[in-house]
Amino acid sequence: MKFTVDWLKNHLDTKFNNNQIIDKLTNIGLEVESFESSTSELDTFIVAKIINAKTHPNADRLKLCDVDVGSDKTIEVVCGAPNAKNGLLTVYAPPGSIIPKNQMKLSVSKIRGVTSYGMLCSESELLLSNESDGIIELKNNKYANKIGEKYFKNTSEKVIDLSITPNRPDCLGVRGIARDLSAAGAGKLKINKKSNLKYRGNQNINVTIKKEKAQGCTIFGSCLIKGVTNKESPKWLKDKIKSLGQKPISAIVDITNYVMFDLNRPLHAYDADKIDNEIIVRSSSKGESFEALDNKKYILENDMCVISDRSGVLGLGGIIGGTRSGTEYSTKNILLESAYFLPRSIRKTSKQLNIDTDAKFRFERGIDPLSIEEGLIKASELIKQICGGEISNLDVKKIDNYKKTIINFDPFLFEKTTGFIVENKELIKILEKLGFNVTKNKKIFKLVVPSWRPDITQSIDIVEEIVRIKGYEHINTSEPIKTRLKPTLNYYQKLFHFLQRSVASKGYLETVTWSFTDSKINQLFKENDEEISIVNPISSDLNVLRNSIFPNLLFYLKKNLDRGFKDISLFEIGPAFKGKNPGDQLTVIGAVKAGKVSRLSWNDKERIVDAFDVKKDVIQSLCEAGIDKDDIVIDDKTPSYYHPGKSGGVYQNKNEKNALAYFGEIHPNIIKKLDIKTEGLVIFEICLDCIKETKQKIKDSKSEYKFSDFQKSERDFAFIINKNFKSQELVNIIKSVDNKLIKSVRVFDVFEGENIPKGKKSIAVNVTIQSEEKTLNENDLDNINKLIISSVESKSGAKIRS
Amino acid sequence: MSDIKKIKDDYIDKLNTENNIEKVNNIKSELFGKNGIISNEFKKLGSISVEERKKLASDLNNIKDELQNKISIKIQEIETKEINLKLEKEKIDVTLPERNIEIGKIHPVSQVIDEISSIFSEIGFSVEEGPDVENEYNNFTALNTPDNHPARDMHDTFYLDNNKELLLRTHTSPVQVRTMLKGKPPFKIIAPGRTYRSDSDQTHAPMFHQVEGLHIDKNINMGHLKGCLNYFIKEFFEVDKIKMRFRPSHFPFTEPSAEVDIGYEIKNGKIVIGEGNKWLEILGCGMVHPNVLKNVNVNPSKYQGYAFGIGIDRLGMLKYGINDLRAFFETDYRWLSHFGFDPLDVPSNYRGLSR
Repeated sequence: MKFTVDWLKNHLDTKFNNNQIIDKLTNIGLEVESFESSTSELDTFIVAKIINAKTHPNADRLKLCDVDVGSDKTIEVVCGAPNAKNGLLTVYAPPGSIIPKNQMKLSVSKIRGVTSYGMLCSESELLLSNESDGIIELKNNKYANKIGEKYFKNTSEKVIDLSITPNRPDCLGVRGIARDLSAAGAGKLKINKKSNLKYRGNQNINVTIKKEKAQGCTIFGSCLIKGVTNKESPKWLKDKIKSLGQKPISAIVDITNYVMFDLNRPLHAYDADKIDNEIIVRSSSKGESFEALDNKKYILENDMCVISDRSGVLGLGGIIGGTRSGTEYSTKNILLESAYFLPRSIRKTSKQLNIDTDAKFRFERGIDPLSIEEGLIKASELIKQICGGEISNLDVKKIDNYKKTIINFDPFLFEKTTGFIVENKELIKILEKLGFNVTKNKKIFKLVVPSWRPDITQSIDIVEEIVRIKGYEHINTSEPIKTRLKPTLNYYQKLFHFLQRSVASKGYLETVTWSFTDSKINQLFKENDEEISIVNPISSDLNVLRNSIFPNLLFYLKKNLDRGFKDISLFEIGPAFKGKNPGDQLTVIGAVKAGKVSRLSWNDKERIVDAFDVKKDVIQSLCEAGIDKDDIVIDDKTPSYYHPGKSGGVYQNKNEKNALAYFGEIHPNIIKKLDIKTEGLVIFEICLDCIKETKQKIKDSKSEYKFSDFQKSERDFAFIINKNFKSQELVNIIKSVDNKLIKSVRVFDVFEGENIPKGKKSIAVNVTIQSEEKTLNENDLDNINKLIISSVESKSGAKIRS
Repeated sequence: MSDIKKIKDDYIDKLNTENNIEKVNNIKSELFGKNGIISNEFKKLGSISVEERKKLASDLNNIKDELQNKISIKIQEIETKEINLKLEKEKIDVTLPERNIEIGKIHPVSQVIDEISSIFSEIGFSVEEGPDVENEYNNFTALNTPDNHPARDMHDTFYLDNNKELLLRTHTSPVQVRTMLKGKPPFKIIAPGRTYRSDSDQTHAPMFHQVEGLHIDKNINMGHLKGCLNYFIKEFFEVDKIKMRFRPSHFPFTEPSAEVDIGYEIKNGKIVIGEGNKWLEILGCGMVHPNVLKNVNVNPSKYQGYAFGIGIDRLGMLKYGINDLRAFFETDYRWLSHFGFDPLDVPSNYRGLSR
């Protein structure tokens, strides 16, 4: 909502200066976005200096000028003026400027093969004189230190731009703003002058509002003005319209716009001679069409509120008029409309047709239904004053009567909500100045809500009115209440926190990527999940919710590889979507690691990242988050985007059916499809929601501390075993020989090839044996060794290597 | 006697010039071995007279001590020398680089969420969450924003179906609805998370982060709201004083509503929070609207309280001098390394919010 201070003073007697007004507006909830002169087409013309003028290589009469326009670099302009010379101060118009003389918009252009960025202007081009022989020569003493500044002073009045919240339609008119300011003590609201308008004759175009279920219009007021002379608006009116950032059109249109911004009362003027007999306000039928004042043809759906005559639709009520009945300079007789349209109907129609107009913006927020006559009178007076003519009696048709809103307000609610007290006297004063009718009944106020405040329906709305006018600075600042109702974080929130930082501590950079992704990449990772499309995506390559974090991670991995990074470790913790209903999402960690380990190290051998790098990262992170490493079980079943032979699943314990994490190399087909160029690429993922909550807190779950001081012994074994036999099983077989004595089993060598039969491998393990009761003697140890060998051989088909 | 003394002097001389540890050991056994010179002299003591024996024994013992002492000093001397020599050869260039350090980082958004959670935890708030996909009711209708409300225009919404029933939440406020529907008052929660709006330009991203706050109890008023936010802002920006302004505004789900501005100024091209005469809007808040409380089965005549919503990304930008919102989500390795936080730098009250 834009207006000038002058305009405000038409409605407000105030001693406040501009800054006080600006502050007051913000303090009562009418936020000031800006307070500056409205932009002018002349703002682009700036003072410039020719640094160097040389002859155009392809045209003797033209010059090529390096021009200083006040920025870092000079600009090259082709100029035909004979007086263009080094050191001349003149006026420069950059591309995009509109030359006043011919209203041409400048663009970057090639003149005889040389590009010219803008133009140096003559006085005649700027309409300063008829001098067109050369470019303007500015005086050195006046302009030498003004290079880069605007040549034309912007003399237009400063405009206040308010951001009006959707609950305040009344402040979409200057009078409403003045009323709020007056309630807040910034002045006195001026009383509207009584009209002494003389009416002659009746409004003889019959108006009918059809009683239909979907009727969007409840009141239609109108009057006829005969014998007008439409013309350009007078200067004062043009200036008002321009200050709104709009273009003056003609007196009649400008007046209806002026009244809309002045009183928040939209009006519409029809050329009465173009109306076919009568006005019918009705609901549209599907397929009807009309050409609107924005020069677009609209095809209507059922149940849109239209103003029509016998020939068809004239316009969409409260939204936009039609060209068929539009006013022109030649218009002699006009029908002026001032109506009430239901916000719901306006909103629905404008959404369906995608139209946004100033009238629509106001009607959908709720116009004062009792302002019908006021609007007609104010506009008619101005039309008569500027365009002449005779005004008929006002004709107001209604199918519904306005019902007052009455609120019984207990002032205690104010104190209870805001924490401070306002005396009843002041409270009444504020409400009355806002237009409420206040009567007191014991402790309760009976309030009649002003008709221009559709937003006020209940007591809490009254609290808001009083506190915002009184000022939020009166609210006390209470010390925060520290009472705690429950722990800050629950188990899964803590897990999130732990795992996020555990993974990062393994050298991964955390990133945050969109929750949406490209369906083409997503489908490589979605497995059996449904694809979740966004109906209105921001772009076609962000058109689905991600089923996995990897599509985005790999997309950005590639971008970083393209930036020249070789060794990249990235992860994200966030949602992966499994369905389109609320809650069909899992919190997961996805991580990628590309390139080499120990690249360019002077002492370590560099190698390509492999599955065991990420296996370490994933297992260590899980352990740090509180999962017992001894319980963890690994298998080789993984989603299809993993390398089928070089990836594994991680289970919280041997009874779990679902993996809580996966790790390994990514499938080579995917690397190829995504065209990722790197020496090595491994990934891992952890599903936080798949981790089973340990109910016990650590203080209750720590087992008794036991240790043994008896001597421990280490024995090494090497077995020849089937190539596909998993080392994890071998370790389990050995451990199960004697869970008490065998403290640990470590695989320290795996070997295939030379000396090993085809289809077999050699696994060497180191077993630590220790008793909690005694020092084991050679005999005891021998027995265990034998037991280990025989168990392994019988259970796995392995042979001990001799 | 003079013989022994001579032997002693000879050996002392020998030892003085000897630098080989083996040779010193040889001398030791020459003197003190089974048939060593000194050992033999002691053996002779048995065959001489008592007086002589006394004298000789004493002399012998002195000589023995002196020689043994000399030998052990010599051994130590040589060993020290040898070690020093060895150490000199073993010297490495410690300025050569260490093994590769792999430095991970926490994203600024995560760090700021942890900072916010830590601050609110101090004054008794717990953390709630809600899904990213919401239904129309929780995101709008329950929050007193019915379908025909113009306030919906301020939320450019991503939809998942043509009936506009399922959507990506446009704010974290639906967590209020979920929290109150599933529990009984009092409520005291914050809810950080991802939010989505379908606009994208220099200052808007289609996805961003908010933290919702909700405190409902019997006597919570706007003074408590002011106090809570005043505390939060001061703690968050780690300044003693903060210029703050509550300004009336409108949100369908709070009444009265406010926007909060903080004072700032630009010093040497950097934004300084808490001083100056410029205002920066940082959050929206208000008293929860009675209609919202009714929608979640909380009796508004018994319970009341406040709610607020803060843009997390924006707070992070202000605190850590980040200019471009879009960069948060572009996964540029350089940006992540530059603005990321050390994973051990966990915001906490006792250790300080940030380093």
